[in-house]
Amino acid sequence: MADYQTFDHDVLVIGAGGAGLRAAIEAAGAGVSVGLVCKSLLGKAHTVMAEGGMAAAIGNVDDRDNWKVHFTDTLRGGQYVNNWRMAELHAKEAPDRVKELEAWGALFDRTKDGRILQRNFGGHRYPRLAHVGDRTGLEMIRTLQDHGIHQGIDVHMEVTVTTLLKRGDRVCGALAYDRQQGQFRLFRAKAIVLATGGVGRAYQITSNSWEYSGDGQALAYEAGAALMDMEFIQFHPTGMVWPPSVRGILVTEGVRGEGGVLLNNRGERFMFGDIPDNYKAQTADNPEEGWRYTQGDKNARRPPELLTRDHVARCIVREVREGRGSPHGGVFLDIQWIKEKLPNAAEHIRKKLPSMYHQFKQLADIDITKQPMEIGPTTHYIMGGIRVDGDSQMSNVPGLYAAGESAAGLHGANRLGGNSLSDLLVFGKRAGEYAARFAKDNPAVAPDAGEVNERITEALAPLERKNGESPYRIQQDLQTMMQDLVGIVRQEDEMVRAAEGLAKLKERATRVSAAGNRQYNPGWHTAIDLKNLLTVSEAVILSAIARKESRGGHFRDDYPEKKPEFGGHNHLINRAADGSMKLVAQPIPPMPDELKRIVEEMK
Amino acid sequence: MAKATFSILRGEAGGGQLVDYTTEVTEGMVVLDAVHQIQAESAGDLACRWNCKAGKCGSCSAEIDGQPRLMCMTRLNQLDLTKPVTIEPMKAFPHFKDLVTDVSWNYRVKKGITKFTPRKPDAADGTWRMHQEDVDRAQEFRKCIECFLCQDVCHVLRDHHLHDEFIGPRFLVYTANLEMNPIDTENRLDELRKLHGIGYCNITKCCTKVCPEEIKITDNAIIPLKERVVDHAFDPLAKLIGLVTGKIPGP
Ligand SMILES: Cc1cc2nc3c(=O)[nH]c(=O)nc-3n(C[C@H](O)[C@H](O)[C@H](O)COP(=O)(O)OP(=O)(O)OC[C@H]3O[C@@H](n4cnc5c(N)ncnc54)[C@H](O)[C@@H]3O)c2cc1C
Ligand code: SF4
Ligand code: SF4
Ligand code: FES
Repeated sequence: MADYQTFDHDVLVIGAGGAGLRAAIEAAGAGVSVGLVCKSLLGKAHTVMAEGGMAAAIGNVDDRDNWKVHFTDTLRGGQYVNNWRMAELHAKEAPDRVKELEAWGALFDRTKDGRILQRNFGGHRYPRLAHVGDRTGLEMIRTLQDHGIHQGIDVHMEVTVTTLLKRGDRVCGALAYDRQQGQFRLFRAKAIVLATGGVGRAYQITSNSWEYSGDGQALAYEAGAALMDMEFIQFHPTGMVWPPSVRGILVTEGVRGEGGVLLNNRGERFMFGDIPDNYKAQTADNPEEGWRYTQGDKNARRPPELLTRDHVARCIVREVREGRGSPHGGVFLDIQWIKEKLPNAAEHIRKKLPSMYHQFKQLADIDITKQPMEIGPTTHYIMGGIRVDGDSQMSNVPGLYAAGESAAGLHGANRLGGNSLSDLLVFGKRAGEYAARFAKDNPAVAPDAGEVNERITEALAPLERKNGESPYRIQQDLQTMMQDLVGIVRQEDEMVRAAEGLAKLKERATRVSAAGNRQYNPGWHTAIDLKNLLTVSEAVILSAIARKESRGGHFRDDYPEKKPEFGGHNHLINRAADGSMKLVAQPIPPMPDELKRIVEEMK
Repeated sequence: MAKATFSILRGEAGGGQLVDYTTEVTEGMVVLDAVHQIQAESAGDLACRWNCKAGKCGSCSAEIDGQPRLMCMTRLNQLDLTKPVTIEPMKAFPHFKDLVTDVSWNYRVKKGITKFTPRKPDAADGTWRMHQEDVDRAQEFRKCIECFLCQDVCHVLRDHHLHDEFIGPRFLVYTANLEMNPIDTENRLDELRKLHGIGYCNITKCCTKVCPEEIKITDNAIIPLKERVVDHAFDPLAKLIGLVTGKIPGP
């Protein structure tokens, strides 16, 4: 009989980033008891790293903005495979969610008349991102955290969930261990919200931390929930490339929003040479107009550097492949040039982009007010994830909800910058609200004690096993493989090789062992996370092979065009009865006429 | 390739000793890279916290060659690699294992500070009007990434262990952020003096020196708070205004 402690909550929220915190606050406000679990300390989740801002059509800077424009921008960016209901709710509700943060203590940068300031970002027609310098995520998570600690939520920090438990169809709890002592905890809950973030650790070059091992997606999949759109991964165009130890760390899009330009080694602004047709009408065709746009000229069109991320990232890859890259395999991002335009440029840059200034100065010995940066694409975000109902955020497993990056739908094939932070608020709130309602309407059911014991034994196996493989080694091999074979430019034969490679890695993972004891043992933790990374990687590979076209974050060398026959469905991944992974194409339900009209009007 | 040796504190609460690890160093490496490399090569169970690797989350605080710093923002080329680089956990908090300490006290302290309470919205749509100049001050304090390095160096906590009586520089910064939020209506000056021990701070400025966010903790947060506390405690008129408005005018 394994040893564990039991906790009872009406609603258990797994993950304490923006989505999880917002869900917990909402559920607690609805009067149910709430437990909040996270792998790191409170306030350290990925959300803290977000830089540029959160998108909401408040219209403070340009009053032509409204939810309809935001809605259509989101669909256009997502190449129309988005869950249109989520895109609608998001565009309508984001303004209230952002304003609410101010009532909880957030202090955004201000317009001249004292309102929330908004900045330009790729794919957004008008300046739309509420922000605080380039540390918006910190502002958001701290505001939610500092508000949340007074709402009677039970927080379990440094606790990792390893399994979701079910009785019949319904979820009824989760098994976890605390990272400090290595003791197990059984959470019994009437409803569970997954807000565990993304999968970036499956790749070698990434802006994501160790936490992003796809836990939520894998746990949900194991519990019978469908995953959707797993082929759509966003490679952010601007990650650091040099020195090697910082490769992948994000350089905010805000740099381009403030006038930064992309140059190849011949000093050409290559983005002007490749503007997709459906963006031509709204993109500047000369540098002067682009500059005016970044400085708030409402009659100017945005510079091509601010096209969607998938496109910019691919243009950079092309420049590098064709020999026009920077010395360390990237291209140049130059903001210092604005000194030609602004008298106090250096000070302006430091004020608008303080953490970028800091980051380059400290980590790369580069002064961005004097020198260009070297940048290249980095794995950043997954648009796909757990499939949910647009209104309630419930998965197909009763009582199991998902929100934030772990859920799929809002962003379609490509996410617009700034649409994640607002996503967390809008759908975190909704998930919390509906989970609380579910908990009120349904009685508690007890998890099966036998299953709990079995799962604990399974989790402890890497510690018991001697002289097995190092979890770090297998993780590295997986990362290299995904980077090389299922990265930013994909093709069939490489992905088939990845699928074979994955089977071998899975087999190796059954022999993994971790030295040491149960107390704060990263080797053991990595061994447990590895299983999830392998599950989500398999889902990514399977979905990417099936989508024989290029769309958004998914680009195929062998099928470089977008194909209408792929535009009408999403890919769902399910666990078959025999335990194998199955993919089906699920038609996207038709959009109501009213929304269709809006899309037409805004074309 | 060049190699360097790192002396890392290994062991569990109370015990532990410095263990030497030698590993390869490459251009641009930071201390956290070395720790990760050592983990992957020879010490799989070496405990340390980290998340962002870019100085944004405040997880990877440690004492490097005796200096409290973020491991992810400390370049190896800033250190003397001719002798072993020591990496130890923060000393102001109970040791847990290797580089990990029990920082839960900080989370309890924060909960004890009177929470943000805004005045009624200024506009019909439920929003407020604040000018950039009004929010600049509090925004400086909101840059805090809760690395707790300032707590680690403050002698009141580190040497005198007055954790029950003094909230430490981090939470003085936090209180200053609330007090200087233009729309907050609470008054935290009494609790600062009576419960949170602001009087223990004798302005040594050690906290300011280590803050990776370069927050001027002493000059911009603590000293103004101290002034307000003094005015509030000894000026009956200010006290009266405070009672009426719920807010003490700044210095
Ligand atoms: C460097 C960077 C900059 C970004 N900038 C922007 C931006 O400017 N604008 C924007 O909109 N988006 C931005 N993004 C994207 C955005 O920050 C993320 O998508 C978003 O913060 C994800 O939030 P979340 O709440 O879904 O998850 P997270 O904030 O990642 O939180 C996940 C939580 O789940 C917990 N968790 C995970 N697995 C488990 C488990 N097994 N058991 C228990 N807990 C678990 C983690 O501990 C964590 O608390 C950026 C991302 C990065 C990396
Ligand atoms: S200035 Fe005050 S708070 Fe800061 S270290 Fe010195 S005594 Fe501590
Ligand atoms: S005030 Fe500075 S040193 Fe102190 S916790 Fe915050 S960021 Fe760290
Ligand atoms: S890892 Fe985030 S501050 Fe060092």
